[in-house]
Amino acid sequence: MYRYDEFDQQLVNERVAQFSGQVARRLTGELTEDEFKPLRLMNGVYLQLHAYMLRIAIPYGTLSSKQLRMLAHIGRKYDRGYGHFTTRQNLQFNWPALKDVPDILKDLASVEMHCIQTSGNCIRNVTSDQYAGAAKNELEDPRIVSEIIRQWSTFHPEFSYLPRKFKIAVSGTPDDRAAIRVHDIGIQIVQNGQGEIGYEIYVGGGLGRTPMIGKKISGFVPKADLLAYLEAIMRVYNMYGRRDNIYKARIKILVHEIGVEEMQRQVEAEFAEIRKSGTLHLPEEEIARIEAYFQPPAYEDLPDESTELNKAVVADPAFANWVKSNVAQHKVPGYAIVNISLKPIGGVPGDCTSDQMDAIADIAEKFSFDELRVTHEQNLTLAHVRKKDLYAVYEALKAHDLATANIGLITDQIACPGLDYCALANARSIPLAQQISERFADIERQHEIGELKINTSGCINACGHHHVGHIGILGVDKKGVEYYQVTLGGAADEKTAIGDIVGRAFTEDEIVDAIETIVTTYIGIRKDGERFIDTYRRVGVDPFKESLYETH
Amino acid sequence: MKLIRNGEFVEDNFTTVGDEDALPEGPAIVSLERWQAERETLRARNAPIGVKLQSGQEPSPIAEDLDHIDVVALEFPVYRNGRAYSYARLLRERYGYKGEVRAVGNVLRDQFQFMIRCGFDALEVADNITPEIWAENVGSFSLFYQPAADGKETVLSLRQRLATRAREKATA
Amino acid sequence: MAQHTRKGAQFQALTANRLSDGIVVYLTREDRWSESLQDADVAEGKEAGEALLARAAPSVEANEVVEPYLFEVSLEDESVRAVSVRETIRQAGPTVRRDLGKQAELAGVHR
Repeated sequence: MYRYDEFDQQLVNERVAQFSGQVARRLTGELTEDEFKPLRLMNGVYLQLHAYMLRIAIPYGTLSSKQLRMLAHIGRKYDRGYGHFTTRQNLQFNWPALKDVPDILKDLASVEMHCIQTSGNCIRNVTSDQYAGAAKNELEDPRIVSEIIRQWSTFHPEFSYLPRKFKIAVSGTPDDRAAIRVHDIGIQIVQNGQGEIGYEIYVGGGLGRTPMIGKKISGFVPKADLLAYLEAIMRVYNMYGRRDNIYKARIKILVHEIGVEEMQRQVEAEFAEIRKSGTLHLPEEEIARIEAYFQPPAYEDLPDESTELNKAVVADPAFANWVKSNVAQHKVPGYAIVNISLKPIGGVPGDCTSDQMDAIADIAEKFSFDELRVTHEQNLTLAHVRKKDLYAVYEALKAHDLATANIGLITDQIACPGLDYCALANARSIPLAQQISERFADIERQHEIGELKINTSGCINACGHHHVGHIGILGVDKKGVEYYQVTLGGAADEKTAIGDIVGRAFTEDEIVDAIETIVTTYIGIRKDGERFIDTYRRVGVDPFKESLYETH
Repeated sequence: MKLIRNGEFVEDNFTTVGDEDALPEGPAIVSLERWQAERETLRARNAPIGVKLQSGQEPSPIAEDLDHIDVVALEFPVYRNGRAYSYARLLRERYGYKGEVRAVGNVLRDQFQFMIRCGFDALEVADNITPEIWAENVGSFSLFYQPAADGKETVLSLRQRLATRAREKATA
Repeated sequence: MAQHTRKGAQFQALTANRLSDGIVVYLTREDRWSESLQDADVAEGKEAGEALLARAAPSVEANEVVEPYLFEVSLEDESVRAVSVRETIRQAGPTVRRDLGKQAELAGVHR
């Protein structure tokens, strides 16, 4: 993975000094809250329902064991012994004191981490595929370009006061695990007819109160020109994005209002000018320097089949289930990708205790080249595990309640913090996810239902990605009481779709039954081997509508 | 309000005039609308002239006139509105403007360095800003990842120089 | 300022977050800030509510608390209850972590 050089480190250190000064000025009263708020937000410090919240950047979701151990330490020393992994592949602490934040930042800087641009109207942490470097059909490791973008976007003087926040995601495989079509900019790594690697660019995707799917504005941007092209998009957005209404300020509204052709025309015109100046041309030498950090680890020469694995699968049915749902194919024979579920039955999606973090760090060090990933579905991934070690990894995870065999299944839900933590939320999300998880706890039943993604958000801001859940749940507030609105048919993969609202909202007491009704309806009408989303695409909303509302 | 020009706290010799006001004898800043309506008269004047662009008024309409304009003042209606960062870069990098680019309006200390990087050389700041505060904030960062209007060397260029030096040492 | 009360609310209390650590606090009769809703001064009627809100100003000025606002409460059996789910959670702690927050630390917390 990428390691800081002296320049990267110095910049982060300078940021720690700057923000520490700002905190000190706030605590002595030299800064008022009005003056301080935008500054703390630029550094990922929010004021939430019960306390401050600190969001730590995990660039494109890649972490070393050492970094994860530091997060565990911070959780123990400054927080309440746990953290929360988010859909942006970041980590949030829910209880830090403002006065401790400078010390936390120093600790983070010591392991090449920071909170830079984890909030505010700037270019946020670039997200990517958790299988980067391990996926079979990958054209190029997406973390290379993600790191290049990270550096270019860090403290960008022109783009730190954009109309609104700005999110970029990169995918290096045709099957999209990074949800690039619901980002402000989505980058798909592609190959042209000459065999050159370049980038297909999508713009104007997003969730929130006006969900939109990103539109393609370029089929192929050459490597050397990527930053010039991105700068062109950003400049058009910075100059013409709406600033009169916070709800219309994202780039998706600009693209929607002027149309994708006009957006493309403006971006191309700006790109031509920037390209002419040559200042953002990416030299091959620098690409190679960054590429070198993402070289494949020292894989062993192994047979693809592992007798140890085959024996264990036969001997331990629970392990067999785990392999079936949580283990994915690796590009190298004899290796596998292991997904660690942070969705234990009845647990809080994405939460991880400091003790669990330490345990995972040890497992990653021992079995997966000292490195791990955070997924946008709020799980963790060990990217390179020998098949013959899978049972040992499983056992080690199980000892820390980390071996739930539910990746991609109905209990592997995305949920935002909701009204239990968030000052913006209208309703709780986590308790709902917990109740659904308990209702469908039976592992055999989960496997029988098959792939099904339930995403829950506690308000219209859609941090729980409800629009793109196969089943989406949105919490709304009606006169101080929580209600839940259901959408069906959303997807965040290469066939991205925004879910359809199924009908009137359900009460807290009705919602879990409603989910069960949807599942039962699906089972009743699915064809052999048809996933929920495929059935929905075939039959549409009506059968579900009928079964949900006929008895009410 | 105080004016900082090229890092020095200076007296503002320009008067910003309303569209209905009579022009003063000395240096004056007028709106884009007035510039466009009275371009010939304003260009014929002997005193320096400036044009103020509001947020939403990009600099391209005055690109041809820039040789006759001494100051382009770019307004930040609120600090959160960052359009003028792009305008400043366009003035410097696209149109090659050599005159004064002045930030006016809601200018926060935490933005000084970004503004300078984007090509502003004059900033209208709040009265409580002192030379110490200026110095502290304009130098918050000593390294820069991206090229901008100030021509500062980027981290990328530093890396390349280091690599070249290392190669030379190795072959020497 | 956040709006978490209701027009026509009969009883209101005043809450804020402590600047240094962000913890939720309530303004007491003695103009101190308590972590417990049960210590909160309760204003009856619109005018008394406005007067209560005005009493937050010195603490904001002194950089003791941030983001003060009024919210609706009810009085039952000598006990102060938050009316909305949001404020009930705020005076207790996360409903999904009963081991954390005021519900684990203080007496008189409502769930």
